[in-house]
Amino acid sequence: MKKRLTCVECPKGCVLSVDIENCMVVDIIGSECPKGKKYAADEIENPVRILTSAVLTEGLSLKMVPVRTDKPVPKNSILKAMEEVKKARISKAVPAGEIIIKNLLNLDVNLISTREVKRV
Amino acid sequence: MVERDLVIVGGGPAGMAAAISAHENGVKDILLLERDQYLGGILNQCVHTGFGVEYFKEVLTGPEYAERFIKKIKEIPEIEVSLKTFVVNLATDKSLTYLLPGKMETLRAKTLIMATGCREKTREMAHIAGTRPAGIFSAGLAQKLINVEGLLPGNKVVIVGSGDIGLIMARRFTLEGAKVKGVIEIENVSSGLVRNVVQCVEDFNIPFYLRHKITRIYGRDRVEKVDVVQVDEKGTEITDSKFEIECDTVLISVGLIPENELIEMAGIVLDEKTNSPVTDEVNKTSIPGLFVCGNSFKVYDIVDTVTRDSLEAGRLAAEYLL
Ligand code: SF4
Repeated sequence: MKKRLTCVECPKGCVLSVDIENCMVVDIIGSECPKGKKYAADEIENPVRILTSAVLTEGLSLKMVPVRTDKPVPKNSILKAMEEVKKARISKAVPAGEIIIKNLLNLDVNLISTREVKRV
Repeated sequence: MVERDLVIVGGGPAGMAAAISAHENGVKDILLLERDQYLGGILNQCVHTGFGVEYFKEVLTGPEYAERFIKKIKEIPEIEVSLKTFVVNLATDKSLTYLLPGKMETLRAKTLIMATGCREKTREMAHIAGTRPAGIFSAGLAQKLINVEGLLPGNKVVIVGSGDIGLIMARRFTLEGAKVKGVIEIENVSSGLVRNVVQCVEDFNIPFYLRHKITRIYGRDRVEKVDVVQVDEKGTEITDSKFEIECDTVLISVGLIPENELIEMAGIVLDEKTNSPVTDEVNKTSIPGLFVCGNSFKVYDIVDTVTRDSLEAGRLAAEYLL
């Protein structure tokens, strides 16, 4: 199977033609540098994304605290992970970098705050 | 009149970098004015990643990028920060008048750096016909409503233009459970970063209509639907290509424009098209000792370059003063 991908590693955006057999990349053409090959292999065999969002607070200085996962999560878990993010509430002051949800969906990643929030 | 060595208007990435750099270059009296109740500017609502790759060689979210500068500023006693401070007048002699909760003050700046950022172009600037119902937002306003206010401004969304904020909001609405029914771009390529096209639109199978435009918005109280047509290379509508998309929300993401009313008040000439100050040199203006940096100087693609050029503005201000 052949698939077309656009490399996102730099603004050039090389269009890569990827040859796939049994979900594994066997050949990549079109990349202008080695980063494109790695990108294509990762993107086909194990696409991952950092999830960013914001979590509702209760009685703190900000109404929403921005959050992200501390490691990338598999692309197909993003929407499920969002369900957990939407359920979460922050009710105590936290600095940036604090764990808000530990081991999100058992994916071995944590959801962490990216901004400090204080008591009012 | 009270005189201060250096006044900086705007506490976003540009103003913060300018303040830090001016201090590093020897300025001992710096007043930083910010109209919001926090430093950080637009970065506070940009909760996604992609910031800092060039400047910090790390991938950060907007608030994380801002935090590094806020922390530094707090450690410098020579930088006085005045929040909830809104400048309403600027004169050619660099005296400015500003409002604070419950009072109005005037002072003169020996040196002035304007770092007032930019605003989004509106529906009116994109020339879309139709009614004026609720449900039409600029993409950045929708971003603020979702990420800062915790409100979801709509459920069925059409995005006009494919600038980065529009693309980022396509993903943001989708993650929040809304349906993004299409991104409509008049050109044949996105004006945003490739990464955003892939990770914000393609990842979620959102229809991306290149060489299309919205010709009319319908709805009485709330947006009900839009007309979309295909256009050719010259932007001319192709006959019989019209179709409708039912939606309750239209986001406008057709570009940014520097916010420069204050320097215009002081007599600086702005470029008619770009709204940037007319000048030959980065950060400089026709008034000696009055500098402009960041998105109010020109609209930048990434914050890292705003930081770089604004550090230079701080240095220029120090050089002028000392
Ligand atoms: S393959 Fe290399 S040059 Fe091409 S887009 Fe990717 S990183 Fe850039």
